[in-house]
Amino acid sequence: MFRPLSSSRRLPLARQVHLGHLPHTRSPLVPTLSFFNSVTGSDEKIPTFRVLDGVGKPVDGAQLPEIDEAFARRLYENMQLLPTLDTVLYNVQRQGKISFHHGEEATVIGSAAALEPDDEVLGQYREMGVLLWRGFGIDSVFAQCFGNQDDTSGKGRQMPVHFGSPTHHFQTISSPLATQIPQAAGVGYALRRSPDRRSRSIAACYFGEGAASEGDFHAGLLLASTIPSPTLFIARNNGFAISTPSTEQYYGDGIASRGPGYGIDTVRVDGNDILAARRRTLEQGRAVLVEAMTYRVGHHSTSDDSFAYRQRSEVEDRKRIDNPLARFRLFLEAQGWWNAADEEELKARLKADVMKAFKHAESLTKPELGELFTDVYAGEEPWNITEQRKELTGLLKKYGETWEPWRTELARFKNKGQDLTQA
Amino acid sequence: MLATRRFKSLPLAPVIRRNSTAAGPPPPEGHSPTIATSQLLRSTKERALRTPGLVWNDDEPSNAIVSVGRECRKMNVYQSVRDALSIALTKNDNAVVFGEDIAFGGVFRCTMGLAEEFGRERVFNTPLTEQGIAGFAIGMALMGHTPIAEIQFADYIYPAFDQLVNEAAKIRYRSGGQFNVGGLTIRTPTMSVGHGGLYHSQSPEGFFMGASGLKVVIPRSPIQAKGLLLSAIRDPNPVIFMEPKILYRSAIEQVPIDDFELPLGRAETLVAGADLTLLTWGTPVYSCETALHMLADPPPALAPHVPESLRKAKVELIDLRSILPWDAEAITQSVSRTGRLVIVHEAGMTAGVGAEIAAEVQKRCFLRLAAPVKRVTGWDTPVALQFEKFYIPDAVRILDSIVETLSY
Repeated sequence: MFRPLSSSRRLPLARQVHLGHLPHTRSPLVPTLSFFNSVTGSDEKIPTFRVLDGVGKPVDGAQLPEIDEAFARRLYENMQLLPTLDTVLYNVQRQGKISFHHGEEATVIGSAAALEPDDEVLGQYREMGVLLWRGFGIDSVFAQCFGNQDDTSGKGRQMPVHFGSPTHHFQTISSPLATQIPQAAGVGYALRRSPDRRSRSIAACYFGEGAASEGDFHAGLLLASTIPSPTLFIARNNGFAISTPSTEQYYGDGIASRGPGYGIDTVRVDGNDILAARRRTLEQGRAVLVEAMTYRVGHHSTSDDSFAYRQRSEVEDRKRIDNPLARFRLFLEAQGWWNAADEEELKARLKADVMKAFKHAESLTKPELGELFTDVYAGEEPWNITEQRKELTGLLKKYGETWEPWRTELARFKNKGQDLTQA
Repeated sequence: MLATRRFKSLPLAPVIRRNSTAAGPPPPEGHSPTIATSQLLRSTKERALRTPGLVWNDDEPSNAIVSVGRECRKMNVYQSVRDALSIALTKNDNAVVFGEDIAFGGVFRCTMGLAEEFGRERVFNTPLTEQGIAGFAIGMALMGHTPIAEIQFADYIYPAFDQLVNEAAKIRYRSGGQFNVGGLTIRTPTMSVGHGGLYHSQSPEGFFMGASGLKVVIPRSPIQAKGLLLSAIRDPNPVIFMEPKILYRSAIEQVPIDDFELPLGRAETLVAGADLTLLTWGTPVYSCETALHMLADPPPALAPHVPESLRKAKVELIDLRSILPWDAEAITQSVSRTGRLVIVHEAGMTAGVGAEIAAEVQKRCFLRLAAPVKRVTGWDTPVALQFEKFYIPDAVRILDSIVETLSY
């Protein structure tokens, strides 16, 4: 007897009548036709794990990770650095001094802190926080964003916030979306095959919920599960990609629901608490998917002291905003590890540091013009690259001194193009 | 709001002066034309209505040959693309428009207001998946519908490469002509804006040139964009329509508001000449115009490099428009007269479209050639952000090549 499908009346799969199995699968045979469209076995959405509530108090039953005052303060200082940097970069972009800027998420610091410093990171372009946590430095950030002669990430070749640093185990960023996801599976597998990294390092791959729509997401998770590798996939879900809300990116239960489809251990968390997920990745040597429900800390709301809170109403405001930065600050204060004076000192110091680095970066020239032709290949340079460098050099000798638009542009390069013309 | 993965905030307005010859007031280099002042753009109604090859596509065929009295409106390229899409949606109920972020108007505003006008069933956002967009469009086209899909940047078309090259291009052939995806049109913004770097400056037309079964079209102006896009949508073959993104705002013309088409597979001679053929498409059309101006009347800084004897040279400027199939007849006819050919494109030299054209021209015009075919192209490196002014071929490089080829 068939009943019309009603999801609320659907029997949990485990309680259905058993008729044995098909020969090649452990799927139980059942006499009732039952469609399913959930990984929780019910109408419930996948739950979200959370440690701190909206005002920074540990929620009932949650176990706080063990962190001491120094570590907590360092976390908070780095979290605050991001919006400070963001504000300056945003304004610099508006002034046309750099071509592009992406907002950052302060909570990325939490995940960075949970990783070991030499876990290999494959990011999208909101993971500057990982680099800052690892000591990349504000100067290096600005050098990359300005593409100046000190840009160690890519010699001025890439758009702003496309960082990369082998020293910091941070793979080079690419604009195309999701390409890093299958690469992360390969990085994880290589780590497993490296005697000195096996059982010690993981690959950590960040991406947004929009990128999870790309084919590379599915390919990457599939490979990481069928070819087991210690790869931690961190999907940031901030509710919208570009102008398109997440309701138009997917119809299912977020990104987390896809993990079990690939046989991948999955958890949804509030913010970026991935300590347990990292441990699981490493211990099992298998991929883990974390869907981090995040919030962007907008430039405008953090550029001033509007968050200075002394009155209860403002605390209520924050609770409404449920800003992880504010929540963590409240947590620190509750521990007696932070106060308004600390906050004031920190903000002033960060602002001064950032402005100093910005001014320095702005004063530097671009890399040498000859870098236009380097790094295409390693080893012997193909003839076409060599000839094209010569062709440009010849043109510069002919027009570079007299043709004003070229002369002006050449002056912006380190050594004004003489690395080519005087060579 | 900066929540764009594909840098939709890429500001276009400040980069209109892409051409280095237009940089910096007052111009020490003289008053060479820029996109904004280009004589190639048809800024009057009379010139617009005399656009060569224009065919009206009226509901009343008897009027179709009459151009007099037709209304024109000042449009830039994104407005004329929108106009073409609106006409396609109005006249063909099977036409749909979709892609990433297109419901709010698209990164370059080409679909502004279409969702409101035609409804979300016909104009809709897709998730971020280029292979999915192309495959979905192919599926609709297989059913005889008219999908007009957008890939947000040509730099991001590669995940769709398999669907386009292995599927769209080959379906008619592999099914013995039983199936086709002729209704398919893929629009995608292409070429550089001056500060796009590796992944917002590419010109990937050459990658599709070997994919017989596809057509590839690149317009240079609002009138061209509208007429060629409507032809592409109605052509019985799948078409990749690449729109030079710097021209979206900077190229402005009077555009006829009626439905009209311009022919695919046909180049257009923009300036007639007998001494050298200068062939290009898309954005560099305007750098070529500047270079011709410099050749005839070089600013003082360039004068020493432009021999007096060459300044009266008549250079024939041709806009290729269709990359695949390309108008070999028009090009070889021109080169047979001039004996000299300079090809300009933004993509790198090796295996670029210029390579194919040069090979065919030397075969067809071997005994007529007075100089080697010259290519002025991007270098064989990725497009490096801070180096773009010396990567993209500008008017001076084009001028230098013209002088060299003329004095060979």
